[in-house]
Amino acid sequence: MRAAAILFLLSWGLGGAALPDSCITCHAALEDGKGPASTIKNDVHIAHGLSCADCHGGDRSSDDPEVAMSKAKGFKGKPARTEIPKFCAACHSNPDFMRKFAPRERVDQFELYQTSIHGKRLAAGDTKVATCIDCHSVHDIRAVKDAVSPVHPLHVADTCGRCHSDKERMAPYKIPTNQLAEYRTSVHWEAMTKRRDLSAPSCASCHGNHGAKPPQLESISEVCGSCHVLFEQLYSRSVHKAIFSSASGGGGCVVCHSNHGIQNPSTKMLTGSASVCAGCHDAGTQPANTAAQMAGWLDGLDAAIKQSDAVLATAEQSGMEVSEAQVRLIEGRENLVKSRLALHGMQPDQMRIPIEAGMAIARETRSAGENALHERDFRRYGLGVSVILIALAILAIRGLIRRIEANQQPTLL
Amino acid sequence: MSAAELKAKTLDWFDERTGWRMARDLMDHKVVPMHAGTAWYYFGGITLFLIGVQLFTGILLMLYYRPTVAEAFDSVRFIMTRVDFGWLIRSIHSWSANLLILSAFIHMFSVVFTHAYRRPRELTWLSGILLLGLMLGFGFSGYLLPWNQISYFATKVGTDVAGTTPGVGPALARLLRGGEDVGAATLTRFFDFHVVLLPLISFGLIGLHLAMVQKHGMSTPSGIPAARLSHMKFFPNFFLRELMVWYGVLAVLGTLAAVFPWELGEKADPFASAPAGIRPEWYFLAQFYTLKLIPSHVWIIEGELLGLFGFGALAAVWVLLPFWEAKRGGERRTRLATGLAVFLVFYLFVFTILGYVK
Repeated sequence: MRAAAILFLLSWGLGGAALPDSCITCHAALEDGKGPASTIKNDVHIAHGLSCADCHGGDRSSDDPEVAMSKAKGFKGKPARTEIPKFCAACHSNPDFMRKFAPRERVDQFELYQTSIHGKRLAAGDTKVATCIDCHSVHDIRAVKDAVSPVHPLHVADTCGRCHSDKERMAPYKIPTNQLAEYRTSVHWEAMTKRRDLSAPSCASCHGNHGAKPPQLESISEVCGSCHVLFEQLYSRSVHKAIFSSASGGGGCVVCHSNHGIQNPSTKMLTGSASVCAGCHDAGTQPANTAAQMAGWLDGLDAAIKQSDAVLATAEQSGMEVSEAQVRLIEGRENLVKSRLALHGMQPDQMRIPIEAGMAIARETRSAGENALHERDFRRYGLGVSVILIALAILAIRGLIRRIEANQQPTLL
Repeated sequence: MSAAELKAKTLDWFDERTGWRMARDLMDHKVVPMHAGTAWYYFGGITLFLIGVQLFTGILLMLYYRPTVAEAFDSVRFIMTRVDFGWLIRSIHSWSANLLILSAFIHMFSVVFTHAYRRPRELTWLSGILLLGLMLGFGFSGYLLPWNQISYFATKVGTDVAGTTPGVGPALARLLRGGEDVGAATLTRFFDFHVVLLPLISFGLIGLHLAMVQKHGMSTPSGIPAARLSHMKFFPNFFLRELMVWYGVLAVLGTLAAVFPWELGEKADPFASAPAGIRPEWYFLAQFYTLKLIPSHVWIIEGELLGLFGFGALAAVWVLLPFWEAKRGGERRTRLATGLAVFLVFYLFVFTILGYVK
């Protein structure tokens, strides 16, 4: 009797630990495995112990649809598109509630959304703009760090591109639809997808996520400068800052580097037919000549470093110890980076400092490499001479043995 | 007094005080048997020559080497890049260490195949085996001294294996490392082993080994009747031939050092992950690969422990070979000993190659 009572309590207790969810039970039967009831098992909310009723209201413990989805039980049903942000914000803007599940999660998404182009247009009644579920999905919402989440850094560009690359959808807004295609040619996309550098920027890094809007002309360099800090500092002191920030000049960093399709910079941007400088400065003018001169300095240092590197590599492959020079050459490369950085200040005198330091290191390391190669040749020459001398010594001993043994007979003991 | 009389008086004076004529008489009477296997006798001399090279280059290296974690790597780099002919001395020291162990192995197997270890040469055999063990100890301790990445992690693996020895393992590992892990204390200890402890023991054993060889003379293969063997004088006939071989070895050493200078690698970083494909020096490779092949557990015995037991048993049989064969003699035991040597040569050769390629 006592055992039966214990068994009953145990079974009751276990049953209490996993209450049947009538929402999922009924919807699974109605949807034939294709609706929310089947996808929600992967949802981050379910993983945190929440259920359908926590968002939609109602009573999940009742098997009777009339009761489970009754207004008396707080059932809200499917929200209108214009109501979705508020619907999610009921929890996500509540610090006390969010602290229980994700203490470090921000709770200002709804406020930011209201300042975004999406939020403003939604408030104006445009239901085609993105709401929470268009980016985060619905009923199979994943944490941002989940690699299959549409808002995981690797997928953000594709998620934005779903709407922004759709010409028909974007036609009423009169905005371009080539951003994603351009981004896919950029160094940022390459860093993100090929090198798997999740800190590389995608759409939200520059435009914001919940508060998404295009950067203003005067703030473009600030946006780029949030990562490229030193470049932005030099640029802001340069002659170009005032010109590029004005509406007529237009666009800060974007003027030379473009926006979505940013390519690896090279000295071709400074001089030659593809030069971006030529867009404003005619060939033969002082600025165009200065740009060509700076390109020459950069190419010269780059070539000198590569030459030193090649000489040191040959010496190393020959077994010579050149690690000190190789470490020193890293400083040379750092000077090349500093020179490229200094270029953004547009002050040739300032740029000459790292260029000359880099050239000195390149000369020094090349000389170390050449000395190592001379040393290698000297060793081989010395080896040749030594081997000849050793061979002569062996022959001399051989001759001596023959002379000694000419009159000797092997002894029998 | 004529010059001849002065010379004779001077030599008499020295002989009275040093007895050098006794050594000369020994040299005059020492002979070397001549037969098809006479060439194998050179390997004992080659090993001795290489020990001399190690001693000479080691003393030169010690002029600049600093046995501390902070300075060891940089001091070796200094030797290789700044000291005149430092690269040559260091490369010869490293290459010579390897050739020395190879030569000692060949010498040992030539002794086994000619059954030269048998009575009354048991002590010569034992001192030789101990010397080979000491040479391996020199190799193991010297490997760490440049304090580079490969040597650091190879020493970690090596001392880990020593730590699995039943009973004394943990104490042995602590003794070798000077602590729980390879670090500054290990480097100091290994330097001490390499330049003080091992040389002191080695010099004593080399003296004993040579004295035994001198006492018993060169062993001859059992198949040739002693009466039919002809001999050559050790001095100058054999000695001059040995000198030619030494010159040849010196040429090989110089070529290896100049064409393939010994690498320095990167400075050891205890916090870095172990380099990929880390393996010990070639003379420990067969054992290392065998331990890798043994499953982690065989029945209830730990795999590594089983491997160590196996090596221990094999080493015990090998060391006691002269006593086992002398007990009852006969062709059967001789054939068995030869078979064991063939198996060992085959095992070491194949497993060393497998250890490299796998």
